[in-house]
Amino acid sequence: MAIAGRVTRRQLVMESLRRYWFKFSRSKLSVVGLAISLSTIVIAVFAEYLAPYPEHAGFYISFEDALQPPSWEHPFGTDEYGRDVFSRVLFGFRFSLKLAGVVLSIVIPVGVLLGLVAGYYRGRILDMAIMRVADIFIAVPPLVLALAITSLLGPSLVNAMIAVTLMWWPWYTRLTYNVVSSVRNEPFVIAAELAGAKPLRVMFREILPVIVGPILTKATLDVGWVILIGAALSFVGLGAQPPTPDLGTMVAEGIKYMPEYWWISIFPALAIAYIILGFNLLGDGVRDMFTE
Amino acid sequence: MAGRDPILRVERVKKYFKLSVGTVRAVDDVSFDVREGETFALVGESGSGKTTTGYMIMGIYAPTSGRILYKGTDISVPAHKRPAWVKREIQIVFQDPGTSLNPAKYVKDIVALPLVVNRLVEDSREIEERVARLLEAVELPPDIMYRKPRDLGGGEKQAVAIARALAAEPRFIVLDEPTSALDVSAQAKIVSLLMRLQRERRLSYLLITHDLSIVRNIATRVAVMYLGKIVEIGPVEKIFKNPLHPYTRMLLAAAPVILREEEELLPRDVIPVGEIPSAMNPPPGCRFHTRCPFVMDECRKIEPKLLEAEPGHYVSCHLYKEQPVSQ
Repeated sequence: MAIAGRVTRRQLVMESLRRYWFKFSRSKLSVVGLAISLSTIVIAVFAEYLAPYPEHAGFYISFEDALQPPSWEHPFGTDEYGRDVFSRVLFGFRFSLKLAGVVLSIVIPVGVLLGLVAGYYRGRILDMAIMRVADIFIAVPPLVLALAITSLLGPSLVNAMIAVTLMWWPWYTRLTYNVVSSVRNEPFVIAAELAGAKPLRVMFREILPVIVGPILTKATLDVGWVILIGAALSFVGLGAQPPTPDLGTMVAEGIKYMPEYWWISIFPALAIAYIILGFNLLGDGVRDMFTE
Repeated sequence: MAGRDPILRVERVKKYFKLSVGTVRAVDDVSFDVREGETFALVGESGSGKTTTGYMIMGIYAPTSGRILYKGTDISVPAHKRPAWVKREIQIVFQDPGTSLNPAKYVKDIVALPLVVNRLVEDSREIEERVARLLEAVELPPDIMYRKPRDLGGGEKQAVAIARALAAEPRFIVLDEPTSALDVSAQAKIVSLLMRLQRERRLSYLLITHDLSIVRNIATRVAVMYLGKIVEIGPVEKIFKNPLHPYTRMLLAAAPVILREEEELLPRDVIPVGEIPSAMNPPPGCRFHTRCPFVMDECRKIEPKLLEAEPGHYVSCHLYKEQPVSQ
């Protein structure tokens, strides 16, 4: 028998995208957040084309231009080596997003997988093993843990990434575990099991699609928070090292010239705030998308 | 009319749940047969053990003791240990289609799941055709397959759940309160759909419900459960015209009625009172004695046996003294 007007996968995708956009865009702040986040990503990707002085990102010294206040030539002023702060901030976006991107692309799959398995086998040994280890990591204050790890491994951007990754995964495990637990015994899961679906299929095809909402929401919000933690590590000297144009490092470097040469610290700090604001507003929109 | 052979046989089945605070005797020594092609109803209040009985038949959990036989094969084990043909032939329709259908999936993938996981059909074109035919069988337009459950009404969702149950071509379906989450107009549609499907496909139903009007419309035989025990069992017309157990009469008296002729059928000697006691600590003797208007001394001490009061009609009550049931 023929089905009138066979529906293509493309049409289905378009329809659900329209639905998501409708829910997302009901709040104008979400749209602002999306714009800020997109601008952040564009800046990070195209920093060398957007920066007026791309060579100022690394070792560059020009003492005659040092410590100049904001002007048309240097919108954010210059630092103690005469480098253009605006150019360095644009490159700072790249390092911040790289940190968040690397950390989250490890933490989310690992954390979600562990939470899914623990939640599915709730009450069994696997659940106990995974969740107790997660609890131990959660019990240590995050910044203290990160500080301990970076001081052990030595300060560098890569080690900061390792530290943040190690402290961040249990939060995804716990979030996933909680939402999996809430749907584990729903009739639709039991129906799939009765139909003969194997555990892997139940986990990935029945449970995971239902719980992507809270995970994506947290992931979006976390872009901002990972960047903040990374900046904090850099600020105390345990993250990216000078002359890397990392936003946290730049704030730390400029501190000794406060308050007369305020622009060296303030503009990188505002950049951090801009990124976090953007991803937070975006995260609210993502949450709305998954709320009926 | 129903055939004579039992398709499903439940023999002295018990299900106890051990909790830290005590043991819940959810089902306590229950036996009955479901015959090929009939609709056997299990009725009772919440907490009577009717859903637990249905879940044991489905293999959602195994009985603590006793046996369940399906076409002579012992199926008193969890579903994953059952032979494939048994799993295919026994299906369930859950109470609330709002929770029994995965909200993130398309109707097509929901209905096709039993076909896909058991590799009954592999070709995607053919899956689509099969789903379309199943949706037609439950009176839904086939293009609904590209909707998600949230786009459908309650009755449509339950029809999708029925289509999923039909996908594996079952012989026996457990209907767990199939209409109680639906509004009245949807209830009527689902009931007539279930009746038509039973006729066309020669299905046997175990209907679990507290809604006596559905029982009256579609059941052939009824077992009334109270606190994990069957208190009365018999053909539907006998149970409704001549209810023997005081609890059955209480249930019938509590049912809302519209027509005067229905009103006249209601038992008048019992007034519904009280709530079902806890299955953790059931009353001694007859479990119903705490609410029974005809309570006698022996009811508090001796547990009544299920006795045949008239042919095919059994009751477990000290008010009636007849031959014991031959097991």
